[in-house]
Amino acid sequence: MSKAQPLVELKGIERHYGQGGGLVRALAGVDLGIKRGEFIAIMGPSGSGKSTAMNIIGCLDRPSSGSYLFSGVDATALSRDERALLRRNYLGFVFQGFNLLNRTTAIENVELPLIYRGNPKRERREKAVRALHLVGLQGREHHTPGELSGGQQQRVAIARAIVTDPLLLLADEPTGNLDTARSHEIMELLTRLNQENAITVVMVTHEPDMAAYAHRAIRFVDGYIASDETRAAA
Amino acid sequence: MLWEAIKLALTSIRRNALRSVLTLLGIVIGVGAVIAMVTIGTGASQKVQENLAKLGSNMLIVRAGQSTFGPGSNNDARAFEERDVAALKANLSGVRGVAPSAQRNAKTVYGALNYDTTVTGTTSDYFIVQDWTLSEGRVFTEGEERSGTTVCVIGSTIVTELFGSVDPLGQRLRIGNFACEVIGLLDSKGQSAFGSDQDSVVLLPLRTFHRRLAGNTRISSINISVTEAADIPRVQRDAEDVLRERRRVAPGEEDNFTVRDMTQIANTMAATTTILTGLLGAVAAVSLLVGGIGIMNIMLVSVTERTREIGIRLAIGALERQVLTQFLVESIVLALFGGIIGIIAGLGIAAAAAVLMDVPFNADPRIIALAFVVSAAIGVVFGYFPARRAARLDPIEALRRE
Repeated sequence: MSKAQPLVELKGIERHYGQGGGLVRALAGVDLGIKRGEFIAIMGPSGSGKSTAMNIIGCLDRPSSGSYLFSGVDATALSRDERALLRRNYLGFVFQGFNLLNRTTAIENVELPLIYRGNPKRERREKAVRALHLVGLQGREHHTPGELSGGQQQRVAIARAIVTDPLLLLADEPTGNLDTARSHEIMELLTRLNQENAITVVMVTHEPDMAAYAHRAIRFVDGYIASDETRAAA
Repeated sequence: MLWEAIKLALTSIRRNALRSVLTLLGIVIGVGAVIAMVTIGTGASQKVQENLAKLGSNMLIVRAGQSTFGPGSNNDARAFEERDVAALKANLSGVRGVAPSAQRNAKTVYGALNYDTTVTGTTSDYFIVQDWTLSEGRVFTEGEERSGTTVCVIGSTIVTELFGSVDPLGQRLRIGNFACEVIGLLDSKGQSAFGSDQDSVVLLPLRTFHRRLAGNTRISSINISVTEAADIPRVQRDAEDVLRERRRVAPGEEDNFTVRDMTQIANTMAATTTILTGLLGAVAAVSLLVGGIGIMNIMLVSVTERTREIGIRLAIGALERQVLTQFLVESIVLALFGGIIGIIAGLGIAAAAAVLMDVPFNADPRIIALAFVVSAAIGVVFGYFPARRAARLDPIEALRRE
């Protein structure tokens, strides 16, 4: 895998829902390349196709047409289980609603992807503790989501996403349920992970303040990419 | 991974304790009913066999007429005589005893008390043939049998009903319009397989019975006890030959008497009990099926409720197989829990019933093992459909669900 090769390469991606007269073109031909180490914000009004694009990049969904190379591998040809393996080994997900397992401690939530990878218990514990430290939650390992604030819950979710050392972290409105102060903390955390741990971050947001943390902002409108601006390195 | 799945299943069962318990109940009742039915049935059939053995072992019963048990029985056939018994005794080999018997219901009186019972006229062979043992006293002597002396041997029910604390030996018991001296007391046999009291008997020498009570010399049946079980068919054939000749049955003509093999009847009755047990078990098994459907129902609810959780698991890289395993293990654990509780409950009920019904308690480990395996199988069969539904969820749809 050469440095020059893009991590994500979308070409002519279309995604349709429904049939005949009720056909909806959520994505109407999207070309996008993401290089390793980038921090990208995807913006756009609701229904513009940004979430659909995230799902396709995250291998949760398959495009109706077009090609998707993930690290040079044709992701559109993969089976359901192969896509699950790809998600498990190379991708990390952070959702707006945190999506942690209730009544399950922080450390158990973080360990979850490692359980499916079949890692032994001791290794899982070590990695989970390290990930929780990285997001600044040392000492909260045995708290359940109900005992944590929203910002802390999102940190647990981020720890769960990075515990497998993914190539790409996908964050869908990660600050959508948080107040401004908490939102900035989460963005600083993502920035740090991007810079210090060299994790590529793609984030969907509709808040310009949050998008400002990214190096590159992509705006979706009506299933197309309307603008794609790279900010000069700070 | 499997251990993780089991742990996960236990956690999930614990989180929905009430619902889990209600689901378990179906399996508990099903397994419990099967175990209880089969265990009680096995005990009952054992009891039947024991009781039949008390009737006398390797016994042939000779009666006048054909098919005395069935409808259209021919009771006016000529009764046997003492000479028939003597002929059987002289011509049969390999027998422990040949005992004639004639019976009649009569009122027995002692002091101010009276009791209706069955009076049997017979010979001392009867004690051998019927496996009667004495607790006190003696049986008839040959002299008493020959001269028709008024002596009797009585069962334990007569002792308790009439004599109370008085020692019956040597007392005079009134039977109808004559009195006889009690010379022996029988050991108790308890209830018969047919539910009658076997201890409500008075035994008289045959001639005493004929002269004092019956007013005729009829013998209604002759019991033959065969020494070796293997000889039963041969003795049966020989007895038939002797009696055909004595009763002048022409060759080709039907017998005007029957020789029944009690062992055969005992086996038939035991087999009947076994079939009944199987039938009850089968009915109970239906409730097990209902319990299985309960598990399926609750697992489907569980899958719907946990759609979002399943979405999270799929998104972070759980394979279809792993999600399937998780839910399958959960339903198996649930069913096994129910099965184990059901086995314990079933055995408890059977033990209580054994005491109440006075039958032996006989837990068959094979049935218990089978119940265990069947519970697990129910978990697999009825858990598979909900588990597959969970495994095939679309992660995007699942995550969107609140």
